[in-house]
Amino acid sequence: MKLTVWTYEGPTHVGAMRVATCMKGLHYVLHAPQGDTYADLLFTMIERRNHRPPVTYTTFQARDLGSDTATLFKTACQDAVDRFEPEAIIVGASCTAELIQDDPAGLAETMGLDIPVIPLELPSYSRKENYGADETLYQIVRTLAAPQDRTAHVTCNILGPTALGFRARDDIEELTGLLFDLGISVNVVAPFGATPSDIAQLPAAHFNVLLAPETGEAAARWLEKNHAQPYTKIVPIGVGATRDFIAEVAAITGLPCQPDESRLRMPWWSRSVDSTYLTGKRVFIFGDGTHVAAHARIARDEMGFEVVGIGCYNREMARPIRALAKDYGVDALITDDYLEVEAAIEALSPEMILGTQMERHIGKRLGIPCAVISAPVHVQDFPARYSPQVGFEGANVIFDTLIHPLVMGLEEHLLTMFRDDFEFHDAAGPSHHGGHSPLPNDGALGGDISEPTKTETGSDVLVWLADAEKELKKIPFFVRGKARRNTETFAAEKGLAEISLETLYEAKAHYAR
Amino acid sequence: MNDLTPPAGGGCRTAPVLKERGQREVFCGLTGIIWLHRKMQDAFFLVVGSRTCAHLLQSAAGVMIFAEPRFGTAILEETDLAGMADAHTELDREVARLLARRPDIRQLFLVGSCPSEVIKIDLARAAERLSQVHAPHVRVLNYSGSGIETTFTQGEDACLASMVPVLKDTTARELLLVGALPDVVEDQMLSLLNEMGIDNIRLLPARRIDDTTAIGANTVFALTQPFLGDTHAALERRGARHLAAPFPFGDEGTTAWLRAIATEFGVSDEVFERVTAAPRARARKAIAQAAEVLSGKSVFFFPDSQLEIPLARFLTRECGMTAVEVGSPYIHDALHGPDLDLLPAGPQISEGQDVDLQIDRARAARPDLTVCGLGLANPLEAEGLTTKWAIELVFTPVHFYEQAGDLAGLFSRPVRRKSLLQMDMGA
Repeated sequence: MKLTVWTYEGPTHVGAMRVATCMKGLHYVLHAPQGDTYADLLFTMIERRNHRPPVTYTTFQARDLGSDTATLFKTACQDAVDRFEPEAIIVGASCTAELIQDDPAGLAETMGLDIPVIPLELPSYSRKENYGADETLYQIVRTLAAPQDRTAHVTCNILGPTALGFRARDDIEELTGLLFDLGISVNVVAPFGATPSDIAQLPAAHFNVLLAPETGEAAARWLEKNHAQPYTKIVPIGVGATRDFIAEVAAITGLPCQPDESRLRMPWWSRSVDSTYLTGKRVFIFGDGTHVAAHARIARDEMGFEVVGIGCYNREMARPIRALAKDYGVDALITDDYLEVEAAIEALSPEMILGTQMERHIGKRLGIPCAVISAPVHVQDFPARYSPQVGFEGANVIFDTLIHPLVMGLEEHLLTMFRDDFEFHDAAGPSHHGGHSPLPNDGALGGDISEPTKTETGSDVLVWLADAEKELKKIPFFVRGKARRNTETFAAEKGLAEISLETLYEAKAHYAR
Repeated sequence: MNDLTPPAGGGCRTAPVLKERGQREVFCGLTGIIWLHRKMQDAFFLVVGSRTCAHLLQSAAGVMIFAEPRFGTAILEETDLAGMADAHTELDREVARLLARRPDIRQLFLVGSCPSEVIKIDLARAAERLSQVHAPHVRVLNYSGSGIETTFTQGEDACLASMVPVLKDTTARELLLVGALPDVVEDQMLSLLNEMGIDNIRLLPARRIDDTTAIGANTVFALTQPFLGDTHAALERRGARHLAAPFPFGDEGTTAWLRAIATEFGVSDEVFERVTAAPRARARKAIAQAAEVLSGKSVFFFPDSQLEIPLARFLTRECGMTAVEVGSPYIHDALHGPDLDLLPAGPQISEGQDVDLQIDRARAARPDLTVCGLGLANPLEAEGLTTKWAIELVFTPVHFYEQAGDLAGLFSRPVRRKSLLQMDMGA
C-alpha cells in the first residue's frame, strides 16, 4: 500500500485506451465497474477529441457480483460488435475486474465472433499507463501483422504515437515531412490513425522509426525479430539528435539522406547575442525518459544551460536515464512520487525547470519558471497551432518554449539594477506574462523587519539579522532560495549563530563560481 | 405572491419511468471528495483503492490544486492482494504517517473503492480500531465511494450518512440543514432563515468537527441537495422528521423550500414576505435575462447528479423551456416527488442508463440543449448539438435566490455562444 496524491501515470487500461482511441476501426471492450468511464473525458476534454473513445464498459455493479458478471461481459461485447462493427476488438479488464477473474479473453473467444479478438493481460496492480499502451500495441501488432513483400521504394513505419501523447499529432506530420525530404515515404503510422488493416501492412516497410519508445518499443522489437525490420534508436528531438537520426536512417537505408535545413533557425537564435543571458542557467529536467534524455542534450549542447539534475517517472527508462545522469555528472531521480520531485527541486534551487504539468505546479509554488516538455498532458499541451517537437521545426519550437518562461536579456539586468521599483520588483515575473504582478511585500520596499527570522538547520538554530534578511530580499527571487541555503550552510560550517550582512557576502564569495 | 400551482396538464410524479440498465457514462462516488474536502476544513479523505481511483480524482479535479490537498489514495499493490502484506497493518502505518504529517486533521474518512469492496477489506473495523488509536484528537469514519455501489453524488450521500450515527443526542427542537453547500450559499441560507426568526439551526456537514451538530426526536431536517437518500433514511432512523419540499433552485424552488420550513416553525406570511420579497425580485430579474435566450427551447438531460429533476422543473417553469427527456441515475419519491409534482407532464422520465440507446434518443430528438457529462459533451457538440456539462452544476454555487440568475446563465451561455459564433467548422 502506498499513499499517493497525484500520479504521473494512470492505470494500465488507460494506456490501452490511448491506443484504441487514436486508432480507427478498433473497439475496446473493457470489463469495468461504473465510474471507470471517467477516462473518456481525458480524450474528449484534454485532447478535445470530437468522438467518444471506442470503448464499451460493462459497468457492473455490486448486485451483479453475486450473480453473473460473465454474461454481462458477453452481452456488452456482442452489443458493441453489432453497434460499432469494428474490424477487430481488444478485450480486457480494469483493476476491479481483474480481481473478479472473469477472464474476458476466454469469454470473448467462446463467442465465435468473425473478427479478430485480441486479448489483453495488463496487470493493474504492478504496472502503469505507459506499459499498458506499449503492451496493447504489441499485442495488436503481433496478432494482425501479416508476412508480405517489402514495398518497391524505401518506406518506413512510424511507431509509438498515441492519443494523449505529447505533441503526437504534429510530430507525425513533421517527421513524415522530414522522411519525405530524405526520399522515404511512410508506410503506416501506428497506432495513431491506423486501422487494423493498416496494422496488417506493417511488415511491408523496410524499417521502423520508433518515435515514442515509451509506447512503441515492444512492437518495434517484435517486428525486428519476426519481420527483420530494423528500428531507429535515436528520437529526433533537438538539432543534434535530428542530425544523428538522419545519419542513422542513412546507415539503415543506404540512401544519401541530404536534409533540407533551410527552415532550421534554432542554432542562430541560440548563437545570437540576445541569448547570451541563457548561459549557464541552472535547469532541472524531469518527465518521461525519452523527452528528458532529448532535453538534457538540448539544454547543455544547444542552449548552453547547466543541467543540475535529471530524472524520469517511468521506471522502464531508469537504466538509460541513470547512465545519462552519470554522463552529466548529476544524480538521477527515478520516482513517481511528486513529493520527492518537489523536494529535489527545492534542494537544487534551479533557475528553471523543464518538466511536466506536475513540475509546472511545483515551479509555481517555489517561484521557479517551468517549461513543459513531456506528458502527462493538460489541455494546454494541445495547442491549436502547429507545434511539433521533432525535427528542425521541432527544434525551433523548443527554443521558443524554453525561453518563454524566462526573464529575458536586458530585463534581467534591469531587475538587478532597480530592485525596489514598485512595478518592476523581482516578484512581478517576466514582463511579457501580463496580469500576475503581485504587490511587493514590505521588505522589498525597504520597510523595517523588526523580527529576525529563525531558521532551523539540523540541531543548530541560525538567526538572520535584519540587515542581512533585507539584503537577501534584494536578490532576484529565482536565485534567492539558493543564496539563503548557501549562506546558512556557510554559517553552519563556520559555527556562526547569527547571519549578518557580512556573512551573506562572505558566503557569496565562498560559493562564487 | 405566486403560489406553486401544479401544472394544468398534471405533473410527472405518476408518469411512467423508463428504467434502463447498460453502460453508464457517470462518475463513481469518489468524485464527491473533490468538493467535500474543501467543505470540511479539518477532514482528510483517504481512499483505499487502486491507481485508477487516484487517477480519477486527479482527472475529475480538472486542475490540480497543488497546495497538498486533503485527500489521497492508499494504492493497493500486488503484495496486498496476494495476502503477503496484511492490509490492515499497512493501512495503520499509512494513517499514522499521514496524521503525523498533518496535525491539522481532526476527522479522517476511510473511503472504500471498487477493489477494496471486492477483496473485502473491512474498513468499518479499521475505522473503529484507528479511532481508538488516534482519539480524542482524530475521529475516524468510513464509507464507500465505490463505483459498484455509488453513482457520482451518492458519494456525498454515503459520507454524510456515515456521520449520522456519531452525531450527539439532543431533545431540543432544532432545524438540521443537510447537504454540502458552498460557504457563500450556506451563509445566505442561514441569513434568510435567521431573518424569519429561525435560529436554532444545525448543519450537516459542519465546516469543522468542533461545530456541534446534534439530533433527536424533536429535530426536523431539510435537504438542500436531491441526492441524499441514504442520509435521509439514517436521519429518520435517529427519529428526526423530514420536511419534504421542492429543492431550492430558482425563485420558485427556493420560495417553496423556505416556505416548508417557515410553516413548520410558525413564521407568519407577513414576515415571510418581508424577508423574501427583495431577493425574490432580484432572482426573477436575473432569471428573466437568461430566460430570453432559453424560452421556447428544448432540453434533454442525461443522468448524472440527481439534480436533473429539480433543474428540469426550474428550466421548464421559470425559463420557458420544454423538457424532452429527464434522466436521473436514481429517483426517490420521498426526495424528488415534490419537484416531479411541479414538472409539467410531457417529458420522458428515465432512471438508470444505457448510454448508447440514450444517445440514439438524443440524436433523434435533436434538443436545443443537452445536459450531459464531460465524456459526451464534445462528441455531441461535434454532431451539432449544444451541450452543458453537468458537472459544473455540482461545482458551482447555484442554490437559493442570489444564485438563480447564475444557474439560468449556466444553461443560456452555451445557447448564446452557439448563436454568436459565425463560422463553419471546416473540414
